[in-house]
Amino acid sequence: MTTMAQRTDKPLQDPGGSGSSTLTELRLALTRNLRTSGIYMALVALVVLFAVFTGGASLSPGNITNIVLQYSYILILAIGMVIVIIAGHIDLSVGSVVALTSAISAITVIKYGMPWWVGVLAALAAGLAIGAWHGFWVAYVGIPAFIVTLAGMLLFRGMTLWVLDNISLSPFPSEYGVIASGFVNGLLGGYGYDTFTLLVFAIGVIGFAVNEYRTRKTRRSYRQPVPPLWLFAAKIAAVGVVVMALAWQLATARGLPVVLIMLAILIMAYSLIMQHTVFGRQIYAIGGNLSAAALSGVKVKAVNFWIFVNMGLLSAVAGIVFSSRTNGAQPGAGNMFELDAIAAAFIGGAAVTGGVGRVVGAMAGGLIMAVMSNGMQLMGIDQSVQSVVKGLVLLLAVAFDIWNKRRAGAQ
Amino acid sequence: MDDYILEMRSIEKSFPGVKALSGVTLSARRGEVHAICGENGAGKSTLMKVLSGVYPHGSYGGQIIFEGTECQFSSIRDSERAGIVIIHQELALVPHLSIAENIFLGNERRGSGGLIDWHRAHAEASELLDRVGLREKSTTPVGQLGVGKQQLVEIAKALSKDVKLLILDEPTAALNDTDSAHLLGLVRQLQDQGITSIIISHKLNEIEASANTTTVIRDGQTVESMDMADDSASIDRIIRSMVGRDLESFYPDRVSNPGEVVLEVQDWTVRHPVQDRLVVEGASFTVRAGEVVGIAGLMGAGRTELAMSLFGKSYGRFISGRALMRGREIKPRSVAEAIDYGMAYVSEDRKQYGLNLLDTIARNISGAALPKLARFGWVNQHRENRLAEQAMEKMRIKAPSVQSVVGQLSGGNQQKVVLSKWLLTGPELLIIDEPTRGIDVGAKYEIYQLINEFVAAGKAVVVISSDLLEILGTCDRIYTLSQGRITGEVPVGQATEENLMTLMTKEKETVR
Ligand SMILES: Nc1ncnc2c1ncn2[C@@H]1O[C@H](COP(=O)(O)OP(=O)(O)OP(=O)(O)O)[C@@H](O)[C@H]1O
Ligand SMILES: [Mg+2]
Repeated sequence: MTTMAQRTDKPLQDPGGSGSSTLTELRLALTRNLRTSGIYMALVALVVLFAVFTGGASLSPGNITNIVLQYSYILILAIGMVIVIIAGHIDLSVGSVVALTSAISAITVIKYGMPWWVGVLAALAAGLAIGAWHGFWVAYVGIPAFIVTLAGMLLFRGMTLWVLDNISLSPFPSEYGVIASGFVNGLLGGYGYDTFTLLVFAIGVIGFAVNEYRTRKTRRSYRQPVPPLWLFAAKIAAVGVVVMALAWQLATARGLPVVLIMLAILIMAYSLIMQHTVFGRQIYAIGGNLSAAALSGVKVKAVNFWIFVNMGLLSAVAGIVFSSRTNGAQPGAGNMFELDAIAAAFIGGAAVTGGVGRVVGAMAGGLIMAVMSNGMQLMGIDQSVQSVVKGLVLLLAVAFDIWNKRRAGAQ
Repeated sequence: MDDYILEMRSIEKSFPGVKALSGVTLSARRGEVHAICGENGAGKSTLMKVLSGVYPHGSYGGQIIFEGTECQFSSIRDSERAGIVIIHQELALVPHLSIAENIFLGNERRGSGGLIDWHRAHAEASELLDRVGLREKSTTPVGQLGVGKQQLVEIAKALSKDVKLLILDEPTAALNDTDSAHLLGLVRQLQDQGITSIIISHKLNEIEASANTTTVIRDGQTVESMDMADDSASIDRIIRSMVGRDLESFYPDRVSNPGEVVLEVQDWTVRHPVQDRLVVEGASFTVRAGEVVGIAGLMGAGRTELAMSLFGKSYGRFISGRALMRGREIKPRSVAEAIDYGMAYVSEDRKQYGLNLLDTIARNISGAALPKLARFGWVNQHRENRLAEQAMEKMRIKAPSVQSVVGQLSGGNQQKVVLSKWLLTGPELLIIDEPTRGIDVGAKYEIYQLINEFVAAGKAVVVISSDLLEILGTCDRIYTLSQGRITGEVPVGQATEENLMTLMTKEKETVR
């Protein structure tokens, strides 16, 4: 049966008909992959667009490093958020949780003079507890997550103000700052650039290529449509060039940011969990059809509970990174972060009704928001305009997604 | 020359990777009842979606000529304006809204100032309900009606749109015999009023009884169109055209050979989850290894509730009574535990309770057996895909591959996916609620064969069905259920449609 794969590689629509030219093949491959690859193309287009507008300033080594540092905590939140959304829920409280966990860390370390890692542990513990609180009300009491986390948003913001006595706390000892502003640099030496950074990224690209190739092979053996080989190779080459260019810029700046390493590990770990573990599958099952999942033996309550515990944990991680970057805790920290994280998930292709979405997609969605905000800041565009543009992009991204799905159904 | 209201000429329609229709021709005479038959996935629903503008002009090939003019519908609204109304395989009513609200949904009766004129709406709704023979108040929420009555509401809705051509996609699949008969009677009544109908159905005896013309579709092509008044037209001929060969019988033979008791239920009582009443009352029954036990009952008799309450308490409150499997008392508190005990329950409603329509065939099939396919929480995807491929081959699921999305399969193929999913859990006891709803004759036979193989391996099956012929054809022993009580136990040798029906309609008082 696998020997059939060679022949069915071509789309089945015209059996021996007009003879598919390279052009129609490309068109077909593109329309079929638009839904999945659309946002990556949009991301690249935005990067190019802002590079032109800012005369290349947005691509400078310093700025690229800056984007990574500045938006890492949104991306961390988006990982948790897309999982919550896949299960058919929403979490409005993450901004407040970021504030509360960073305040708890600051109080432990700055006020009580504990070592930095005690602060980190305290924040993580608080995050887990908050997640369990949300999980309890959503999963076991059955209150919609929208309500529970709306309450949480108010509750934990209030608690932040309370524990901080409404004033900021700073500064952290310098070890704490390493989390968000540290770099791995000079590990393998370099000549005006950091060899280690380049090596890590090169390994990443090779890993990506191998993984893509294996996916392609599996899809073919299951007679699924795949893009033609040259398009596939072009895609891998494009990704390689873009990523290595990014690596070069980082390597010539300050090296490999510690948060980027952390983020990469989180992205890989959560992608694997979502695609390859029973837990991840059950999340998709719940979001896709709750009653069917329950009747298939999925412990819906437990899964929902742990989804929120996980969100609390990731919010705490984001809180730690944020407090490290701002070198203190502020009562207003994390304001509106939930909206950026939610936007990232939806721009990245998650469905409002649940059951659909990917961690990597949410990351691309988050980067689209990041590149846009950063580019507009560089261009000196007013905050008010920035907000308008972001809002429109979110709307258009989801509209495009819906339009695309409809077209796929009625072709 | 015949007067054709509709002619569809060489219709073609492709989805990515699938050619659903490749040159279907269909001609319906004015005022007739025209049946469409074909195997699961033959393209019947797709053809009707093309006709009704669900798939807009330009997304398919061929010509549609309705009332003498070529039509190019770009939406359902367009086709409705022309007088074509489709009632889909899946009903499209809003359960919380009243009958009247549902009937005029999207087509509201406006009064002065653009506001909805509810007096007029309810008055017109009552008239329409009279016409379809449904005695319910127009203010009743649709969710409180049974499926049969909901079908009638759908038809009332169609009538409110001045329908000339009514399309019914498997209208009787979920109905019992009485409701089906009523519905088909109504279709003939509408025929007298000049309304042409197209009916898709897998119940061939209904087609024989009510259709004027039958068109058979196979693999996206018209095989033949037969005038049912002709002597040569028969169920056998329809089947031959559908599956390309003769079918000797509807039910495969089986030598029954009951062994030890697999499931014993004693005095099982279940309360409704919110209302204060008993749904199942003191039910006791046994199922033996190598045996197919039928549970026959009318809609609302508590058949599904009985099964679901046994299956990890997924229905009801204050469940009392004992359940023993192979002589050991079991107390599953969750579905997961029930699966571990070796139970499997195939729901009657595959869309609602059986499938994740957004996901692939492979992942749906593995859905209930996932913990068994995993080590330390890590799913072995190669094994998963291989098992799914085997199931797909065995059940002859028609789809491009195991990675195809289930929502894009035809109704019958979805049913086969649900069955595969439960067989993969390796159950000792398989409870199947309406095993062949929406399944074509050929595939039905295959499913019965599958049941036979399953019990031949020393396992047990409970079949719940409102189709008495199916119960008589597949079961060894039959329990009848009426108003939550078991009213009789009949070996299949002594069972007839009549005596089962008597037991199924036995009132509470006479039992005591
Ligand atoms: N949206 C879609 N995307 C891809 N394939 C589809 C889609 N809709 C239908 N198909 C495919 O088209 C074929 C015909 O499907 P259709 O629903 O018309 O079958 P059917 O004759 O109504 O079968 P059944 O008796 O099971 O309802 C099937 O192979 C199905 O998988
Ligand atoms: Mg159909």
